[in-house]
Amino acid sequence: MTQMRGDILESIGGLPQPDTDEVVRAENVHKWFGPLHVLNDVSMTVRRGETVVVIGPSGSGKTTFVRCLNHLERIQEGRILVNGHLIGYRERRGKLVEDRGRNIARQRREIGMVFQRFNLFHHMTALGNICEAPVRVLGMPETQAKDAARSLLARVGLADKAEAFPGQLSGGQQQRVAIARALAMRPRLMLFDEPTSALDPEMIGEVLEVMRELAHEGMTMVVVSHEMGFAREVADRVVMMDHGQIIEEGPPAQLFGQPQHERTRLFLSKIL
Amino acid sequence: MHFDWPFFWHYLLAPSTTYLNGLMLTLVLSVVSQILGTIIGLFAALGRISGIGPIPYLVRFYIWAMRGTPLLVQIVFIYTGLAAANILRFHDIDLGLVVVPGNVQAGILALSLNEGAYMAEIIRAGIASVDPGQTEAAKSLGMGYGLLMRRIILPQAARFILPPLGNEFNAMLKNSTLVSVIGVQELLLTTETLTSATFRVFELYSVVALYYLTLTTLWGLVQGRIEARFNRSETREVVPGFGTRFFGTRLVRALRRG
Repeated sequence: MTQMRGDILESIGGLPQPDTDEVVRAENVHKWFGPLHVLNDVSMTVRRGETVVVIGPSGSGKTTFVRCLNHLERIQEGRILVNGHLIGYRERRGKLVEDRGRNIARQRREIGMVFQRFNLFHHMTALGNICEAPVRVLGMPETQAKDAARSLLARVGLADKAEAFPGQLSGGQQQRVAIARALAMRPRLMLFDEPTSALDPEMIGEVLEVMRELAHEGMTMVVVSHEMGFAREVADRVVMMDHGQIIEEGPPAQLFGQPQHERTRLFLSKIL
Repeated sequence: MHFDWPFFWHYLLAPSTTYLNGLMLTLVLSVVSQILGTIIGLFAALGRISGIGPIPYLVRFYIWAMRGTPLLVQIVFIYTGLAAANILRFHDIDLGLVVVPGNVQAGILALSLNEGAYMAEIIRAGIASVDPGQTEAAKSLGMGYGLLMRRIILPQAARFILPPLGNEFNAMLKNSTLVSVIGVQELLLTTETLTSATFRVFELYSVVALYYLTLTTLWGLVQGRIEARFNRSETREVVPGFGTRFFGTRLVRALRRG
């Protein structure tokens, strides 16, 4: 198994502290793809240090929802605050208008995102992938960024892969580099969009292990996942979505033990 | 048939200074026009995908006009046509070390504008070939448009752009002969001048053909090395063979995709 050392966040100078207790606050979010109502009045809060796992059948809107949290998707109604700031929009005469690209980019620095398909930069080494944004976006000196990146790589068990290109790494290794890349920006919030869905079964464990460690170190996380074992063990709260709505939410013991809603029961019976 | 071998060898292996000047001018015209054309093409491609107001439509009009009219017509139009209509006259520019004649400027302008239209489509196709996930990852890290393009998208698009770009330069070396019609003393016009003095058309055109063949072949080798460098990180990808590049099946494919 992965040679992982604890204290991943030590590499980036400890846990980045959010400015507010409510790191995510989504209020009555609506989104349509054409006639399709993909998010229907979604409201949710994520508190400092919480790990929230979002589950639900495919097409339920869970991926779309996390993508709205860093404005990779627009929303049509409602509002989303991350770290106390309206994300992607600003208020003008009581109406929400899309923010300037520069402001959106600035807000995204504080939100790490891990994708289903890793999306590592193919033309850069693992080290290059991790250093790119801290150096180019934050203006961190290159030596400092490299030190942090090497330390991060060591702590996700990839000390010997610094010079490897993504094409030379396994899926599980790529995803761990992707997590390190997101962490290098010292994010206040980490979003995971089905981080293990594109992985071979034997590689899922090594990625979940890193995520588990991050949760234990106090990182605030929103995770879209089908890994019920992970949700049961790591989540502070599990949110069940279907047809663009939050059906129910609660601590994993409650949601998995006594689901209140028929659709949750049905979904869990199929997946467990 | 009479083929004057000594004459042929003499002009092939011991070209006169005039001839070498013509060769030099061909190279300068081609390289400068290709560079300018690539820059124009880059901005045109970015403009076309920008979706800002009328810019995409203007770019499409430019591409449509440039690709839909003969390069020879464009050259004469820009140099002779504009001057005849009293719109624009190209005057010699003194750069200190060299004087750039008006017809050379017009030739470079026409070749660049024409090339820009083709490069715009090639670059657009190259950008479109990069996985959208790369853009999303870069955005999620807080990168703005400039950084995203410069550091993430264009370096990866380069792998798709370079093979057709190589073919474009190959074509440019040959298309540069067209500026001979406005009196630019490049390789072809130099050859023509020589034939009118010696009447050795067969021999001299054999020589000039071999010169172009040498230029394009040398370029093919350079192109291969550049591409191999850009393919470094993609260990699984097969580097296309010399023949593929030389005969341009990739260009055809790229244009179809565009």
